[in-house]
Amino acid sequence: MNKAAIPLVIFLVMAGLFLFVLQKINKGEYDPKDIPTELIGQSVPDFNLANLLDADDRVMAADYKGKPWLLNVWGTWCAECWREHGYLVQLKNQGIPIVGINWRDDEAEARAFLRDQGNPFVEVGFDPKSDAVIDLGVYGAPETFLVDANGMITVKHKGAMHPKVWQEKFQAAFN
Amino acid sequence: MRSSSLNFLLTVMLISLTLPLSLQARVAAYDFDTPQQEEAYQEMVSELRCLVCQNQNIADSNAELAQDLKRKTYEMVMDGKSKNEIADFMVQRYGDFVLYRPPVTSATLLLWSGPFIIFVIGIIFLIRVIKAKQRDSSDELTAEEKAKAEDLLK
Repeated sequence: MNKAAIPLVIFLVMAGLFLFVLQKINKGEYDPKDIPTELIGQSVPDFNLANLLDADDRVMAADYKGKPWLLNVWGTWCAECWREHGYLVQLKNQGIPIVGINWRDDEAEARAFLRDQGNPFVEVGFDPKSDAVIDLGVYGAPETFLVDANGMITVKHKGAMHPKVWQEKFQAAFN
Repeated sequence: MRSSSLNFLLTVMLISLTLPLSLQARVAAYDFDTPQQEEAYQEMVSELRCLVCQNQNIADSNAELAQDLKRKTYEMVMDGKSKNEIADFMVQRYGDFVLYRPPVTSATLLLWSGPFIIFVIGIIFLIRVIKAKQRDSSDELTAEEKAKAEDLLK
């Protein structure tokens, strides 16, 4: 082979590799910032948070034992949370119990958001200092966990919930 | 000459601007009872990776989650938790990724051995290049070169 062609071949191989990875990222099949979760197959952390909508109540994981439920971490500062909100309301109307964790948010803004956009949550825990969020290994919002009837986390989805993700990862648990 | 000394001056000014900032970031907003506690805290926050920015430790990061992780670290230090216990707490939640020096496992083997492999490849390459150079510059003339030289000397 001509020696002068070697840099060109290396360049083409690299360019091809970058293009391949870029397409995977664009299709949502690969996220370089994704961190594999440690919590699949473990019991849901025993969080105990103030109730955003009821000052006299606490929101506790222990209250939801016995049936599968969703745990959704969100905040009004998070654009993807606005995007998924309508679909969460739809899921709620289908009878899916969703517990919300409002993360590092302004209390009044979070309440106003739920009042204006509809409230898909059975209860919303208020987590301004990331207490429950750190226990859940969450580092971005939104994130949705599926907790089974035994209190085990079986699925975690990072990013907005939408019909395709719901059907692929979550729906079977509620049939 | 003028522009290079100007460049130098500008560089010095820029660097001096960043100095107080990084020093500020390093000064913890927390009070410690003993110097050992402060040392443990500083060591942990510089060893833990910020999960939001991912190329910074939580000491240098101002991401909100990093602030909360620093607070958690501080609380655990003040609770008398050891550095290992703090690291375990973080790994249980965020995996080995949270450690800037993850343990050697099958997944991180390449990460740890990669630099040495590249170093060895580099050495082999270097030796080959040097040897090739030596062959080229040897004093022996080939038959062709001899003929050419004789031709020139005629």
